[in-house]
Amino acid sequence: MKGFILSFRSEFYKTRKTMGFWSAVLLPLIIYILLFIGFLSHSDKLATHPGLILWLEFSVPVLFVMSFLLPMLIVFIGYSVNSIEHKADTWKSLFSLPIPKFSIYSAKYFYALFLVVLCLALFVLFTLGFGNLLSVIKPSLKFNQYHIESTLTLIYLKLLFSSLGILSIQFLLSLLFRDFLKPMGIGFIATIGGVILTNLDWGYTYLYPYSHPFLTVKSTLQNKMGNGAGMPQITVDLFTKDIWVSLAVAVVVFILGYFIVLKKSVK
Amino acid sequence: MVISTEGLSFNFGNQQVVKSLSLQVPEGSIYGFLGPNGAGKTTTIKLLLNLLKTDQGSIHVFDKELQSHRIEILSQVGSLIEQPAIYLHLSGKENLMNRALLLQVSESRVDEMLKLVHLTDAAHKKAGKYSLGMKQRLGIALALLPDPKLLILDEPTNGLDPNGIIEVRELLIRLVTQHNKTVFISSHLLAEVERMATHVGIIDQGELLFQGSIKDLEAISQPRVQIEVANTVDAANFLKKQGFMVTDITDDLLSIPFTSKTQMGEINNLLNQNGYVVYSIHKIHKDLEKLFLDITQKA
Repeated sequence: MKGFILSFRSEFYKTRKTMGFWSAVLLPLIIYILLFIGFLSHSDKLATHPGLILWLEFSVPVLFVMSFLLPMLIVFIGYSVNSIEHKADTWKSLFSLPIPKFSIYSAKYFYALFLVVLCLALFVLFTLGFGNLLSVIKPSLKFNQYHIESTLTLIYLKLLFSSLGILSIQFLLSLLFRDFLKPMGIGFIATIGGVILTNLDWGYTYLYPYSHPFLTVKSTLQNKMGNGAGMPQITVDLFTKDIWVSLAVAVVVFILGYFIVLKKSVK
Repeated sequence: MVISTEGLSFNFGNQQVVKSLSLQVPEGSIYGFLGPNGAGKTTTIKLLLNLLKTDQGSIHVFDKELQSHRIEILSQVGSLIEQPAIYLHLSGKENLMNRALLLQVSESRVDEMLKLVHLTDAAHKKAGKYSLGMKQRLGIALALLPDPKLLILDEPTNGLDPNGIIEVRELLIRLVTQHNKTVFISSHLLAEVERMATHVGIIDQGELLFQGSIKDLEAISQPRVQIEVANTVDAANFLKKQGFMVTDITDDLLSIPFTSKTQMGEINNLLNQNGYVVYSIHKIHKDLEKLFLDITQKA
């Protein structure tokens, strides 16, 4: 455990000045600063909307964008935490440290996971923070009339679970391939495949990890719209079968990756 | 023995790159691991650090089996393999601090290492902007950071200027004589190893051709006295009459097996006193290639 904690801290120390780390912070920040400005400048039109509708208008477009951006962000994070070692040729010095190989491998994986969690947590935080800030600056925007905290957290939690399968696959690809194009290319094409499969409504789409974030966003928003007249209701069913597949893929690929690392010669 | 291998072999695919290697590195030695490029030196070093899985044979470090005591052994080993592994986006000091974090070493030790390798002034400069020599010195500092009992260095003087080479050599000698460390250093330059090593192993095409103390090697290496003289043929005949064995004659040069410095002075005197103008006279070693030939022919 000590080796894991030391390695995890070292991962942060190494990446704290790289785009891999900052992309997880900047992506939600930039998106919400833009939305904040947009809402502020159109506050007159939006003043008539009730609290829940405002929150939906403030968060749903972001969720749509995120269903595609999240897999791409994960491709990039998986790449950047591994490429730092490929570029510096430091695998050999990492694996000749008196630290168990599993600690080094798992710390790196969990650091990539931490960056994804950080990014999604910031999305929740910025949605709530900027929404409430808007109602303070422009009291006509009635964000404060509705409390979306728990629902929003649940949606992003589901989005996190839905992306873990992709994370494990991309992490392993980036660990194995030194060059940028292979993991990035595979990740990009696989994500496009996920979009297509989700839109096809094929019965087995839930088995394909790269479609899970789309399925999550799609099912959540269908629930919202499915309610017909009156106020929309959002219910989040956290553990759907696609989420179970995502979690299973994540665990299996993570373990498989470790055995590949053990077998692999360190160049 | 600090390092002891028995029948160590390794294949890359079908190609056997290390063949039944039996290394014996005594405690407190500077073991020069010599061989031309591609001889299997780096592969052997990676095997010693458990970076590659041993196909056949065994490795014992500090009298413990490597595979089953990996962490315990690695905690007493500092290493530098091929070009130094350095994060170019971090400064020199940050590179050391990162390693110090992993090894739980204090910041004062980091500063001490920076001073030791003369990088204190460049400590906050990005390692990407370092010269090759500075990177190499940082790599040595990283290897020395945990104050290891055994240092494994793969061509550590690559890219260093003559001053740097001398400094590294003196540092290694000091570590061994004053701090009781053991150094395993690979090189393709015989001359470099000869100046500091106490023991030598010579590897070619994955096979250990020679292993022993530096004195044993000197006996095989047979240094020669090379004399640049006006009339080589006459001078050679003269020396032969005086009982010297002339092994090689060219238009400008004569070669005689070296026995002692006194003998060199004697030859110089004799030639000058008898009217043969000596332009230069010095001791030379056979280069590694010739030495290999000698060793392989003997085998």
